[in-house]
Amino acid sequence: MKRTIFRNQLLPWLLLAPQLAITFIFFIWPAAQAVWQSFLREDAFGMKSTFVGMANYWRLLDSPEYLNSLQVTAVFAVSVTILSMGFSLLLAVAVDRMIRSAQTYTTLLVWPYAVAPAVAGILWWFIFNPTIGILPYLLDQVGYNWNHISDKGDAMLLVVIASAWKQISYNFLFFVAGLQSIPASLREAAAIDGAGPVKRFFTITLPLISPTTFFLLVVNIVYAMFDTFAVIDSTTEGGPAQATNIMVYKVYFDGFVGQNLGSSGAQSVILMLIVIALTVIQFRWVEKKVEY
Amino acid sequence: MASITLENVGKVYPGGTRAIGDVNIDIADGEFIVLVGPSGCGKSTLLRMVAGLESITDGTVRIADRVVNEIEPADRDIAMVFQNYALYPHMSVRQNLEYGLKNRGTKRDEIDRRVAEAAGILQLEPYLDRKPRALSGGQRQRVAMGRAIVREPAAFLFDEPLSNLDAKLRVAMRLEIKELQKRLRTTSLYVTHDQLEAMTLADRLVVLNMGKVEQIGTPLEVYRRPASAFVAGFIGSPAMNLIPARAVPHLPGSAHAGLLGIRPEDMDITADGPIVLRINAVEELGAQRLVHGLVGGEAFTVTAPSDADLGEVLRLSVPTQALHRFDAESGKRLD
Repeated sequence: MKRTIFRNQLLPWLLLAPQLAITFIFFIWPAAQAVWQSFLREDAFGMKSTFVGMANYWRLLDSPEYLNSLQVTAVFAVSVTILSMGFSLLLAVAVDRMIRSAQTYTTLLVWPYAVAPAVAGILWWFIFNPTIGILPYLLDQVGYNWNHISDKGDAMLLVVIASAWKQISYNFLFFVAGLQSIPASLREAAAIDGAGPVKRFFTITLPLISPTTFFLLVVNIVYAMFDTFAVIDSTTEGGPAQATNIMVYKVYFDGFVGQNLGSSGAQSVILMLIVIALTVIQFRWVEKKVEY
Repeated sequence: MASITLENVGKVYPGGTRAIGDVNIDIADGEFIVLVGPSGCGKSTLLRMVAGLESITDGTVRIADRVVNEIEPADRDIAMVFQNYALYPHMSVRQNLEYGLKNRGTKRDEIDRRVAEAAGILQLEPYLDRKPRALSGGQRQRVAMGRAIVREPAAFLFDEPLSNLDAKLRVAMRLEIKELQKRLRTTSLYVTHDQLEAMTLADRLVVLNMGKVEQIGTPLEVYRRPASAFVAGFIGSPAMNLIPARAVPHLPGSAHAGLLGIRPEDMDITADGPIVLRINAVEELGAQRLVHGLVGGEAFTVTAPSDADLGEVLRLSVPTQALHRFDAESGKRLD
C-alpha cells in the first residue's frame, strides 16, 4: 500500500469533504431523523408532536398488519433470492459451457440490469395485465384464470418474477466470473476420477464458487428488502389485501401516504436493524466457512 | 496393467487445423514412454486424446486391447497427473485421494487400505488432513501422484508434472517418479518439453514435431542415431551442431549430404584437424568450457578444456562415426 503524507492538516479533509457531505446529507441525517421520528407521535393535523418513547415500536409489534408485512417480506425476499440466483446460476453454467458465442450471450443477458426497476415493474405489469396482457391470455388457454388484482398468490408471483428478473443479470455476471475462475483441469481431473457432469457440478463446481454464492446471497436479500420498492409501487401497490405489502413499501405507505411519521420511522429503524444484522451474520459466517 | 496402442491417430480441430497427424505408437505393458518435443508440437494434445479429454478424429487408440475412441475418460481405466496438479482445493488430502474411489463405489475398508498404502509410499501420512493450500509444491505433486496410485489404473498419464517445481526439486521428483514406476510396473505415458527429463525417465522416447512422430527409440538410440535433423538438434545438451555440408567440403561424407551434424562433445582438438574455429564466445561449465565460433560462416559449438580462451584458434577433427548426415530437404538421416 502506498502511503501519502499530507503536510497540510486541512487538505485531506477538504478532499474527503464532497463524499462526506453526500453521505451525511443523504444517509446519516435522514437515518438519524428516522430514529428520532420513531420516538415521536404527531397529532392528527401535524401541528405538534409529542415524545412517546418506545410506544411506536410496541404498537407495531402488536399490529397484525405489521406482522403480516414481516411475513410477506420474508416470503418475498426468500423467493426472489432463490429464483434469481437459481436462474442466473443455470444461465451462467450454460454460458460457461459455450466456447464461441459466450461473449454475445453474456452481453444480451446483462441488458435487463440497465432497465430501471420502475420500468421493469411496468413491463411485467403489462405482460401480466389481466385485461390486455399476453400471459393471462395464454394462461387462459390452458384454463388458468390469472388475476393479480384480486388473487393474493398471483400478485405475489408477479412481484417476485418482476423483482427476480431484474436481479438475474447481476447475479449472472458474478456467477460467470466465478465459474471461469475454476481451472478446467479440476473438472477434467474429476471427470477422470469418475464423476459425471451432475456429480461434478455439486462436488467440485458448487463448492468452489461458494464465496460468490454467499456474497450474492447477502446482496440479493438486501436487494429484495430495499430496492424492490419501485417494482411494488408500479405493479401491485402492496395489494391485494396487503398480500405484497413488503416492509419497505409499508414504510413509504404509512409515512408518505398515511402521514403516520412516528410509525413509519419505527418501521424503517427495524428494517435497518434487520439488514445490518443479516449482513453482519452472513459476512461473519462467510469468512469462517468459505475458505480453502 | 495394460498395453496402449495408437494406430494412425490424428486430430483435426473443427476449424480445419491439423494438430496431430498419423501417429503410431506401441506401448508395451509396464513400459515408461516419454513424449517429448518443443511447445506446440502436439504432445499434450496426444496425451489428452489418450485420456479422453480431447476427441480423436482419425485412427484408433487401444488401452488393454480395447478400442477407447468413444469411451468416457472415467471408463478408460487411466489416471492422470496434471501440470498444475489439479488438486481439489476445498478437500483435504485424504478426500482428494478418496474422491476417485468413492465415485466408483469402492468399499470403505478397501478405500482406507489403498489410501493408507499410497500415503505410505509417498510419505504423505502427516498431511492427510491438510488442505492442498497448506502444502508445499513438492507435497502437492505427491498428492497428485497419490490420487493416481490409489486408483490402481491400467496406465498413468503425466502431463508435464514437474514443470511447476524448482530445479532442485524437479530432479528429486524425477527420480521418485522413476523408482515408483519401476516398483508399480504401471504402463506410463509422460509428456515433457525438457529433453533431459525425457532422457532420464524414458524406457523409450517418442520425439514429436509439428504433430508428427520424428523418432521412437530408447534414449541412447535416439541420442546416438537421431532419425532426423530435428531430433538431432532437440535431443542432447548442448545441442548438436547442424551445418550445411558445403560449409565443410573437406570433411569425409560431406559430398552427398545436405546437412552435417556433429555433437559438441564428439570432436577432438588436434594440431592438424580439418575444421578451424576461432573462439568468439566462451561459456564456463566448471570442468569444461563451451566455446562458440563460426565454421564456414555458421554458428558452431565445441566442448573444450577449461584453458581454451577467447580469440584462440582451435583445429578440430571429427571421428567418422561421430558424423551424422541428413538430407537437406526432408531432414531425414541418410545412412
